[in-house]
Amino acid sequence: MPEVIDWREGVIRATRDLTPRVRMIEIDPKGDFVQPSPGSHLNVSVVIRERPDVRSYSIVGPCSDGVYRIAVKLLADSRGGSAYMWSLVPGSRLTHSAPANHFGLALGRPDYLLLAGGIGVTPIFSHALALAEAGARFRVVYACRSRGDLALAQELEASVGDRLDIVLTEEGRRVDIAAAIAGLDPQGEFYVCGPIGMLEAAKRCWGASGRPADRLRFETFGSSGQYPSVPFTVRIPRLGKEIVVPANQTMLEALEASGVEMIFDCLRGECGLCALPILKADGPVDHRDVFLSEAEKTQNAKLCTCVSRVCGGAISVDTADRWHRPAGREGTP
Amino acid sequence: MLGSNAMASGKIFPLNAWYPAAWCHEIEPALAARTICGKDIVLYRRSDGGVAALEDACWHRLLPLSMGRLAGDQVVCGYHGLVFNSMGRCTHMPAQKTINPSACVRAYPVRERHRLIWVWPGDPALADPAALPDFHWNDGAEWKGEGGTFYGLKCDYRLVIDNLMDLTHETYVHSDSIGHDAILDTPFEVTHTDRTATMTRWMINIEPPPFWGRQLGKPGRVDRWQIVTFQAPAVVVGDVGVAPTGSGAPEGDRSKGVNGAFLAAIAPESETSCHYFWNFVRTFRTEDAELTRDLQRAHVNNGKGVYDQDHVVLEAQQRAIDRNPRSPFYNLNIDAGALWARRMIDRMLGREEGTSAPDRAAE
Repeated sequence: MPEVIDWREGVIRATRDLTPRVRMIEIDPKGDFVQPSPGSHLNVSVVIRERPDVRSYSIVGPCSDGVYRIAVKLLADSRGGSAYMWSLVPGSRLTHSAPANHFGLALGRPDYLLLAGGIGVTPIFSHALALAEAGARFRVVYACRSRGDLALAQELEASVGDRLDIVLTEEGRRVDIAAAIAGLDPQGEFYVCGPIGMLEAAKRCWGASGRPADRLRFETFGSSGQYPSVPFTVRIPRLGKEIVVPANQTMLEALEASGVEMIFDCLRGECGLCALPILKADGPVDHRDVFLSEAEKTQNAKLCTCVSRVCGGAISVDTADRWHRPAGREGTP
Repeated sequence: MLGSNAMASGKIFPLNAWYPAAWCHEIEPALAARTICGKDIVLYRRSDGGVAALEDACWHRLLPLSMGRLAGDQVVCGYHGLVFNSMGRCTHMPAQKTINPSACVRAYPVRERHRLIWVWPGDPALADPAALPDFHWNDGAEWKGEGGTFYGLKCDYRLVIDNLMDLTHETYVHSDSIGHDAILDTPFEVTHTDRTATMTRWMINIEPPPFWGRQLGKPGRVDRWQIVTFQAPAVVVGDVGVAPTGSGAPEGDRSKGVNGAFLAAIAPESETSCHYFWNFVRTFRTEDAELTRDLQRAHVNNGKGVYDQDHVVLEAQQRAIDRNPRSPFYNLNIDAGALWARRMIDRMLGREEGTSAPDRAAE
């Protein structure tokens, strides 16, 4: 169900670079301040190629001083949202929503495991602070490529101390998710935010541990894949169309831009409404959604066009359109 | 002006509080719908004996989950079969292999205490079991009695509190049972703490009112007490009774008298309706089941009981307020207890202002 967004105006109070690619942006709400619960995000109105669009960013920390904080990673293959956010300077205006939460923290569990990958640290940071505040038992694993990519690590360490384990690829370490799960109380909960590969691994390990699926909580940013974002071609034989999807556009956006009517809702690979049947794919299909199961992704029968891509080459798909016909065949019954 | 809302927000009930939702015996392994503070909630008993309280609207298309069915400890939506566990998390979605990670309904903190089920409609992170009101008179141990509930009483819950914090009305509304002119003539004292307000009235050397005369079962004049304590935001306990005058009750020795307590735990349903859980308990003739039945009937009896009389007044009062929204309420000296009670409520509301949690907050 589409969210009804209660838009309001804010002013950028300050920005601060946490890493060369992650910027903390402080937003002074012009109207009433709504206290965010841990795991909340703000929807913000961004302008991309002179057109308005909406992006969601996790809120960092409890914001008890009445100022919203988000951390935005500047993405090389950004569709334009992060570049717009990075263009904001103190005094800039920003239209944003009240905090909403799709990644709520359930208090009262005997134990917690929090796993963050890269910029996925933002909601996990808020969860960790709330658990520390509540006196809960928990552990945080924060995986990152290099020390220079760590955002909020010092602040996190200051609040949670040795309950934080930083795992850096540059030091030759990898997160042992299965071992981390084994160390979690049987009634404990596991919260994950990170790139899709980490999430898939977490789901796999959680499933293998035999624990109830509802105690694995996760949020994805829908923009990370197993492969880099490169341009690819979409063919729709039934409509006689061939569309090029640039690196900085989603397949869904490209389809709509070329006049293919689509239905969709979540735009982050959760609901499955935008999924299309795959007829043929040249390159590997980079499934970036959480709607299809692992087995379904292996079968490659469908892809969620709001987030998923093909790594080079072309993909042939069908759409729901039984109305239009290929150019040149109009009038054929 | 008693009728105005002190809060700029216009809110009249704090959300960060425990409110009664049901008697323990009413909640079985079956779906029961309640609206508390404007929040639609479905309650049911889990197989481990605990109680679950979930948002009564399916995540998908908002059909009340209470129209679905219980499958073990999980609720199956009656529309498309989405399944939610007792934490409010979706565990099944139709026609797909995965579950949308954001699919959940709110799970409200819930506690059973003193024979009632209490829910916390506000921020779950603030739900503190230590903040449960003291309602121990209701737990059936030392004090005996069987009460009931007016579900959906059509008045602002604060009108019930006004009613109970000022017993002057007994003389007019309940003149045939517990009313007495002495109530009007006797000075009273109102005191308060940070969360409670207490109205104390001792009527010394009076003729007992009919009800209390019968309970005492001895001729002669009595000392009568009414010590009514409000616990913010919506519990009132009235320590009431009589003892032969001169037998030492005002000094602390009530052993020659009879002692009862009227208990009220109220949950706002909406701005203009509430659920009023009541009981009248006593420490005399506690094993007398017939007296228990009689006392219950004396309070609620097809429109003829004491509380039926209050019910009529309260709903008529709300109707009048609705029709004359600009007419001020005037306050009298007798309203001191009610005004202190409202001050406590307003203080709680003030603490909540500007800190509203998102509607779809964490479970």
